[in-house]
Amino acid sequence: MEHIVDLSRAQFALTALYHWLFVPLTLGLSFIIAIMETIYVKTGNKEWKKLTRFWMTLFGINFAIGLATGIIMEFEFGTNWSNYSWIVGDIFGAPLAIEGLMAFFLESTFFAIMFFGWDKVSKKTHLLSTWLVAIGSNLSALWILVANGWMQHPVGMKFNVDRARFEMENFFNVLFNPIAVSKFLHTISSGYVMGSLFVVGISSWYLLKKKDILFAKRSIIVASSFGLLVSIFLIFTGDQSAHLVALRQPTKLAAMEGLYNGDRREGIVAIGQLNPEKKIGDNKNTFLWDIKIPYALSFLGFRNINAFVPGIDNLVYGDKKMGIESAQNKIKKGKIAIKSLLQYKNAKQANDELQAKSALKTFRKYQNYMGYGYLKSPKDIIPPVAITFYSFHIMVGLGTWFLILFLFVLYFSMVGKIQTKRLLLKLALFSIPLGYLAGEVGWIVAEVGRQPWAIQGMLPTSLATSHLSDNSVIITLALFTILFTALLIAEIKIMLTQIKLGVEGE
Amino acid sequence: MNIIKNILYFYIDGFKGMKVGKKLWIILAIKIFIFFVILKIFFFPNILQTNFSNNKQRANFVMENLIKNK
Repeated sequence: MEHIVDLSRAQFALTALYHWLFVPLTLGLSFIIAIMETIYVKTGNKEWKKLTRFWMTLFGINFAIGLATGIIMEFEFGTNWSNYSWIVGDIFGAPLAIEGLMAFFLESTFFAIMFFGWDKVSKKTHLLSTWLVAIGSNLSALWILVANGWMQHPVGMKFNVDRARFEMENFFNVLFNPIAVSKFLHTISSGYVMGSLFVVGISSWYLLKKKDILFAKRSIIVASSFGLLVSIFLIFTGDQSAHLVALRQPTKLAAMEGLYNGDRREGIVAIGQLNPEKKIGDNKNTFLWDIKIPYALSFLGFRNINAFVPGIDNLVYGDKKMGIESAQNKIKKGKIAIKSLLQYKNAKQANDELQAKSALKTFRKYQNYMGYGYLKSPKDIIPPVAITFYSFHIMVGLGTWFLILFLFVLYFSMVGKIQTKRLLLKLALFSIPLGYLAGEVGWIVAEVGRQPWAIQGMLPTSLATSHLSDNSVIITLALFTILFTALLIAEIKIMLTQIKLGVEGE
Repeated sequence: MNIIKNILYFYIDGFKGMKVGKKLWIILAIKIFIFFVILKIFFFPNILQTNFSNNKQRANFVMENLIKNK
């Protein structure tokens, strides 16, 4: 069974990571295009129209190749994750249905005007369509991220013991779940940074090749200004995300920081190498070497320099002094919740209403620990530390680099020297893949970091899967790898051809 | 009636005038065919929908999984 869980996870991870190669560029580039077209409408300068149309073509290529890659994950829910999809069906149904309708009406309608309507509708109507495509794409992301946020912090629901599923009690609690809001803002702002990196990077290539120079300079000014602003915003949304992780998902925070023994006035690891020999509960050093910023983890995590930040050992073994319950205790309570579910079911079958009522009362008392009852060992509450730690630090490091890059690119563009800064232009070009890397490792932090849970504290990933044969998952895993790789190659090939043609080739 | 005709021609002219878009539409069509016809039908059945005829049976099956895995 463990094998099939790992295979299903690998398959879902692969499809999600491929899907995320297409989404961020759609999110970011759509707004950059809208800004460029606004300049065209305001100034009436035809060069800006040409420039808008060029980036719009690249946007269209990315959109078309990426379209429907997300639907594969919905297929997987029904096949590989049938227990999970039944259990969350009532919660996810509404957000995903709204997403589908919104994507269809907003994007599809205005997408056609955006591409076909240049000479058919007025300038202002066309501009409005471009903005609505951008807003619509971003709102589509909202509903998916609301669903994801709920899995990280389930709110606004109640477990229906007769239907074996979570049912929504308050739609607005689900929609305005703080984790969902912060996840949405952090994710879309990372998409904006990706869009900016893409435009700055490609424009840098034109400058390096001394081709379409004015076009490239104008694109760089728009994208680096936008990129700088959204990079600052990204830092704020990232800070808020980490703060909420500290409050709601302490095991994830401990893994992100490689923190085993928590303390007050805890520092943050700026850079470091984990000791591969380190195990939960031993006295070995966590890092082979590291550079820490004193007090920063307490302050950023809990907005208090003196705050105690629990580590992995505190969370596994408990810490009475700090009021942290041990995982063993939570497992005991979880087992009571599951046992009371069984008693409820048996009592219902025997028409023993009194016993059913008593079992339900016990279940409600311990229901928040239900997921822990399925864990075999207290150590199971900890996600894989190394992958979470390194992914988090790569993401933060790259985010910082992008801010610096936009700052320098914008400065040298404003003073008219960007064309002479060939090293900076090369760095900008090679930062395009780094933008993709940052987005992917960000998702690894979010999803690997919340293991062992499919739904935080309520449903472990191992119980969310279907009973399938290994072979069926291996075949589809191989099929996806081939299919998505072919799509990626097609996108890169068509994009490169279009880029080589330049602005006049649009 | 004129409005429908205009909308229709808007799309027809749009598709006719596409350059790189034609290639993309072919990729899109192949992709949708593979996703919805091959993958969905042959590889991704909705297990609970296929194996059970009503929601009560589905709920019982999932509940059994939740209870027996304790």
